[in-house]
Amino acid sequence: MKTAVIQFPGSNCDGDALHAARLLLDEGAQFVWHTEAGLPTGTELVFLPGGFSYGDHLRSGAVAARSPIMQAVKAHAERGGFVLGVCNGFQVLTESGLLPGALSRNRNLHFMCRPVHLRVENTSTAFTGAYARGQVIEVPIAHGEGNYYADPETVARLEGNGQVVFRYADNPNGSLNDIAGIVNERGNVLGMMPHPERAVEAPLGSEDGRGLFDSLARAGTPAQAPA
Amino acid sequence: MSTFKAKVFVTLKPSILDPQGRTVERALSHLDHGNVSGVRVGKYIELTLSGSRAEVEAQLKDITGNVLSNPVMEDARWELSEQQGEERVGA
Repeated sequence: MKTAVIQFPGSNCDGDALHAARLLLDEGAQFVWHTEAGLPTGTELVFLPGGFSYGDHLRSGAVAARSPIMQAVKAHAERGGFVLGVCNGFQVLTESGLLPGALSRNRNLHFMCRPVHLRVENTSTAFTGAYARGQVIEVPIAHGEGNYYADPETVARLEGNGQVVFRYADNPNGSLNDIAGIVNERGNVLGMMPHPERAVEAPLGSEDGRGLFDSLARAGTPAQAPA
Repeated sequence: MSTFKAKVFVTLKPSILDPQGRTVERALSHLDHGNVSGVRVGKYIELTLSGSRAEVEAQLKDITGNVLSNPVMEDARWELSEQQGEERVGA
């Protein structure tokens, strides 16, 4: 699956994202700098990595969401192409309007960096088909602003549509309904605070993140970026 | 064409928990300011804009609502003053 990892100034999980993508999805996965106006021809998956884009100035993800490449990412999502936003990437997705809600300061104000347990709530998405429903996976978190918030109507809609894909088994940050990851209504855009790309090799503690990339690999061909 | 100075105030919506404000409030209470309550921490942003007042007001509405604040969890209001004198408050 042809993958583009977007780099913003201040991205710091871009290397991990590229490594996981090359290992499991696309040997030729490449970086795309945020000032680019378009995605490489044939891009199927856009990976928005974690980090502190633009130093988290204004709000986390706010400036990145308004950078030139995001117009192309939005067009890619509208065509049905896959978009995966992890940690700061999730914040960029909510700031850009590709996913509903917002991520605010952790309830306890701490930056938390540790493995957590997630329950896979919906296995009928392109990102989760390789997991079993209700399966508990171990994936690390590393964030200070991962407290998911949306108004009650939006949360009810997410729950009703099965858009809550991952839920914390033990809520670390105060997120409403223990939400750790959501998809858009169409199911081609996923945002999550935990880092599946950091859990793809056993020597690093967990391989439970592999399922997400395996799911994408079997999901088949989505719409691609045009030439 | 005139030059205006805008002062923008961004605050968390009342319905959103403000852990930072709560922490500050607790610290104040430890410093024997037990009568202080309702502490909320927000942001203050200054801008200088040029144009007619109508243009600048429309532009500020767009900037504060779509960039400087996230309407999902924040409110924003602004005060606009022409460089010599006159002050007006908007939201």
